[in-house]
Amino acid sequence: MTIVRHSYFMTIRHVRELLRQPWWIAVTLVQPVIWLLLFGALFKNVINIPGFHGTSYIEFLAPGVVVMTALFASGWGGMPLIDDIERGVTDRFLVSPVKRTALISGRLVHSSLTIAIQSVIIVVLALIDGAGFPGGFGGVVVMIVVAVMLGAAFGAISNGLALLARREETLIAIMNFVLLPLTFLSSAFMQQNLIPTWMQHVADFNPVNWAVVAGRSAVSANPDWGLIASRAGFLLALLLVCLAFATRAFRTYQRSV
Amino acid sequence: METETQNQLQDTAGEEVMIEADALVKTYGKGEKAVRALDGLSFRARRGTIFALLGPNGAGKSTAVKVLTTLTRPDEGKAAVAGTDVMGSPDRVRRTIGVVSQGTGVDIQATGRENLRLQGQLYGMRGRVLEQRATDLLELFGLADAADRIARGYSGGMRRRLDIAMALVHDPWVLFLDEPTTGLDPEVRADMWEQIAALAAEQDKTVLLTTHYLEEADQLAARVAIVDRGKVVAEGTPEELKSELRGDAVYVELDEPAADGAVRPALEPIAGVREVVVDGRALRARAEDGGRAVPSVLQALEARGIAVSSVRVARPSLDDVYLRYAGRTFQEAESEDTEVKK
Repeated sequence: MTIVRHSYFMTIRHVRELLRQPWWIAVTLVQPVIWLLLFGALFKNVINIPGFHGTSYIEFLAPGVVVMTALFASGWGGMPLIDDIERGVTDRFLVSPVKRTALISGRLVHSSLTIAIQSVIIVVLALIDGAGFPGGFGGVVVMIVVAVMLGAAFGAISNGLALLARREETLIAIMNFVLLPLTFLSSAFMQQNLIPTWMQHVADFNPVNWAVVAGRSAVSANPDWGLIASRAGFLLALLLVCLAFATRAFRTYQRSV
Repeated sequence: METETQNQLQDTAGEEVMIEADALVKTYGKGEKAVRALDGLSFRARRGTIFALLGPNGAGKSTAVKVLTTLTRPDEGKAAVAGTDVMGSPDRVRRTIGVVSQGTGVDIQATGRENLRLQGQLYGMRGRVLEQRATDLLELFGLADAADRIARGYSGGMRRRLDIAMALVHDPWVLFLDEPTTGLDPEVRADMWEQIAALAAEQDKTVLLTTHYLEEADQLAARVAIVDRGKVVAEGTPEELKSELRGDAVYVELDEPAADGAVRPALEPIAGVREVVVDGRALRARAEDGGRAVPSVLQALEARGIAVSSVRVARPSLDDVYLRYAGRTFQEAESEDTEVKK
């Protein structure tokens, strides 16, 4: 109960912070739109490749962009925590009775809300651009949920790394190294059976691909619920591991201060 | 040594002990790079008083505060606040204490009132009680006009006052102030002293203050523990510490550098004059009664043909106390420390 209340207080704090930075809201909202339009135009002719199923690249791409947006938004999620550490805010919280988990979950709830809003914008824009999403409203909701799960997992990793490294440069280096390759080692932009064989194998173990595959199937005409459930299960397991890591990182942080 | 942790401790004078540190040891890093920040630090602070840990930067004061406020754990030793074991029941300790850490803990993206509100919520306060408490504290610390402005625009002094207001929101018994006036203007510092003094005097709060300003400890604290290299090297009231030095300091500036051997025999026969040290043009001595000793000192120097350009007599300062117990002056300790850090 206390954890829920404390998480709520922290979420309010982060949301308020975001609302006070209109230019940042603008960037947050415009970024996914740019991904969708840019990649949509760049890879438009993908549908002409023999073996590609479907007639609309935008419809194929949208789940990929939803997941990519979730991944990037969360991957950088640890940066504001480093700010808090440098400003002494984190230490102030740590000597109060606040639940440690709430310090992480407040940030994750906040970024999940952002991801959900960004996803809705992408979906609406894709619809305008000709996507059909035969999976319907329910399918879209499932797609957003798996994207949020992936985002929360990477957000937890990013926050945990922020506590361990305590330097923006380190976090930037790690995330630069990880985020784009993970995106491209998935079927976000290209049907999985059309990418090189070794990449197909790597993609099977890539959490980003779990989210893309599950989300895309959910909005398709014939969702494969078995596949969706298994990938969502993997993502849930990953999320729990990442949360445990982030909470433990507090202990390591407290030993070193 | 008492081992009880759940009941209020009493010291030998029957006073209630609110903060107890017992042989705390804390090392950062491993192997050759290891730094022993606390090396058996012990002290006890009584209820309703201001207790100061005085020492140069890097002496271990902040580490002691971090241990006592549950932020970090010591490698060895015990600590209790308000009778509760700090390592055993950290959450219980957190509810009893308010902490102002070095630097600031203000969220500069939120207003003063929002900072206070969140802080209160974390201690389970809510509704009208919390709003009223926030308003009162903003008023008390002169932040009423700035209450609904974003703290990014606050001056250093305002942020510091907000820090203290936040530490007080849940009306804690014990207040930890880690270098509360570092980096503030002298006038702002004087205001801050008044407010800190009032907390102990009027609200029965026990305050643990760390500082590297000698005047600050002298002015505010009922008792001072001098900390050097992770341990307490001397403890007492500021007056006790100073009187242990027996006598005043006499500083004589010579016209020309003189040899130690030439000056010392001239002055040592004078009754009440001790510890004569000559360093170039500077002559330093201790005297039971500085004012009385000066004429004889001048006479003796004149007799040897040593010209004097100025004489100064000073009551012993905490700086002298520090020199005596740590074996180096405050400034030396500070600069040594900066070199180590580099």
